[in-house]
Amino acid sequence: MSNRIDVCFERLSQENKKALITFITSGDPDIESTERNVMAMLDNGSDIVEIGVPFSDPIAEGPTLQKASLRALEGGVNLDDIFEMVKRLRQKTDKPLLLMMYLNTIFRYGTEKFFSLCKENEIDGVIVPDMPFEEREEISAEAEKNGIYSIFLVSPTSKERVRMIAEQSKGFLYVGSSLGVTGTRKEISTDFVDLLSPIKDHKTVPACIGFGISDPQQAKKMSAYADGVIIGSAIVNLSEAYGNQASSHIADFVKSVREELDR
Amino acid sequence: MNEKGRFDIFGGQYVPETVMTAVHELEEAYDRYKDDAQFKEELAKLYRDYANRPSMLYYAKKMTENLGGPKIYIKREDLNHTGAHKINNCLGQVLLAKKMGKKRIIAETGAGQHGVATATVCALLGLDCEVYMGRTDMERQSLNVYRMNLLGAKVTGVDSGTATLKDAINEAFRDWVSNIDTTFYCIGSVMGPHPYPTMVRDFQKIISEEIKAQLMDREGKLPDCVVACVGGGSNAMGAFYDFIEDESVKLIGAEAAGRGVETEDTAATMALGTLGIFHGMKSLFLQNEYGQIAPVYSISAGLDYPGVGPEHAYLKTSGRAQYVPVSDEEAVKAFEYLSKTEGIIPAIESSHAVWAAMQEAKNMTKDQILVINLSGRGDKDVYSIARYRGVDLSEQ
Repeated sequence: MSNRIDVCFERLSQENKKALITFITSGDPDIESTERNVMAMLDNGSDIVEIGVPFSDPIAEGPTLQKASLRALEGGVNLDDIFEMVKRLRQKTDKPLLLMMYLNTIFRYGTEKFFSLCKENEIDGVIVPDMPFEEREEISAEAEKNGIYSIFLVSPTSKERVRMIAEQSKGFLYVGSSLGVTGTRKEISTDFVDLLSPIKDHKTVPACIGFGISDPQQAKKMSAYADGVIIGSAIVNLSEAYGNQASSHIADFVKSVREELDR
Repeated sequence: MNEKGRFDIFGGQYVPETVMTAVHELEEAYDRYKDDAQFKEELAKLYRDYANRPSMLYYAKKMTENLGGPKIYIKREDLNHTGAHKINNCLGQVLLAKKMGKKRIIAETGAGQHGVATATVCALLGLDCEVYMGRTDMERQSLNVYRMNLLGAKVTGVDSGTATLKDAINEAFRDWVSNIDTTFYCIGSVMGPHPYPTMVRDFQKIISEEIKAQLMDREGKLPDCVVACVGGGSNAMGAFYDFIEDESVKLIGAEAAGRGVETEDTAATMALGTLGIFHGMKSLFLQNEYGQIAPVYSISAGLDYPGVGPEHAYLKTSGRAQYVPVSDEEAVKAFEYLSKTEGIIPAIESSHAVWAAMQEAKNMTKDQILVINLSGRGDKDVYSIARYRGVDLSEQ
């Protein structure tokens, strides 16, 4: 059986389109809102959704996602609730769904149990920001056994590591636009041509740029360097501002990004 | 499993990709300089002339007589420059950072001792210094905040989470991933991703090397027991390390039980923790069933951490060292006891070790020797002990 992420990128490639990957923290402010927000994104042009699993100490996140994690945990959401939500989402969508989470959440839950539940609930991949490539064996056997992709990140400091990571990645390569933590940025000054040059002439997985993309114009600009863009904090800001009424605002925002990308 | 930096299953290098290059760069630099004759000589000179090493090994005669058990020796790390063992590690790391051409040092601090030591060495070696400190700890340890300012460091308060040590570490990590090219993260304990647990232990192992030599000189034999307090565990690793192979030497770590291991207001990672992956390492952590890191509590800001260094986790599971929880009340009693009995005011962190030693002494005989590693001095804690005892010291 092929992974939905591969199917998605094949389709985009045939349509000559860029991927729009969007993120939302689950349980912020409650799991019902998250379910609505995910569908709002998918119905308005998002190709893949990353569902954030809140963590008490998200060291790779900026203030926006830190606060969202805190709101979600205060609301009492846990991984079991999130799997239940994914099960409900799978009644409504066949697009790729990823979980973005910290390694301790998987480890403590039980790696075997976690990935078998991913398979059961039809999760397509996981992104684990505090698991570098060298420690991938912590989850790789269970992930592969269940057909779940582990998406790796590269950053502006990765340099010669880019090729090593890209060559062994599945799904897509997550390219961090800037140093530092997640969060919207006014300017992104990274030289992507240089950063991605080690894989320019290699047939590797698609590369998508994330970290700091705040509006449709910036998304369009970044998409020129890659196969797609990833937007997180800009959407979570809407969740923060509008709470359980955020889905229409998120729908409008995602739609505007999609239109700009397709223009 | 990635074998690098492992103590059995514990340790590892679980950090975001952004810092992998920096972690590798640090590994290479440390591997190169740790055996470099010139680096070793410079560090030895700083230990001797600046930090006041070797620290004294003091025979606590009154305490020995009062307890009626083994001979009690106290390793006086509290008499080091800046008043704690932390300076050993900071001299090593900041000197290394300077060799690596880094311009800026960041650090986290709980009680403020590591922050003060880092700020001190940065002033000495001419590097910029920024220290992250939980807002709660800044209030508990305002004297140390001002001390860091005097030394030219910037102290940044951290309001996230429980606003204590773990949150300060989170924020220091976030700074590090943002400024990786210019900045060296001087971690204050035997924790974090490889090579930190090994490197910090190496900079602290001079404590046990000195104890061994000093005791051989005085008594002509090894101690029977060494006791040290454990938060992240750097002073304990330093006090234990040279004795690990000497199996006759019992090693006891005293951790902070806070209001008791049966309450939620505790930091007793060894007693209550479970295996997890956090702050760059696989080790034992206080956490819930979903892996959310627990808020921890102790009267001591320096032991107020939900994890423990990976080598301690290994020493515990292998049975080589034992770890005992000591409550706030017991630590305060030991604080007062040592002050009155020996005229030494210990840090509230070290007071946990003093209490554990007093208990262990009951099981020992007069021909035996027990060494307490007195990791720091207690001047910084006078206000909070007074508050604990209901005495208001605030100046009018």
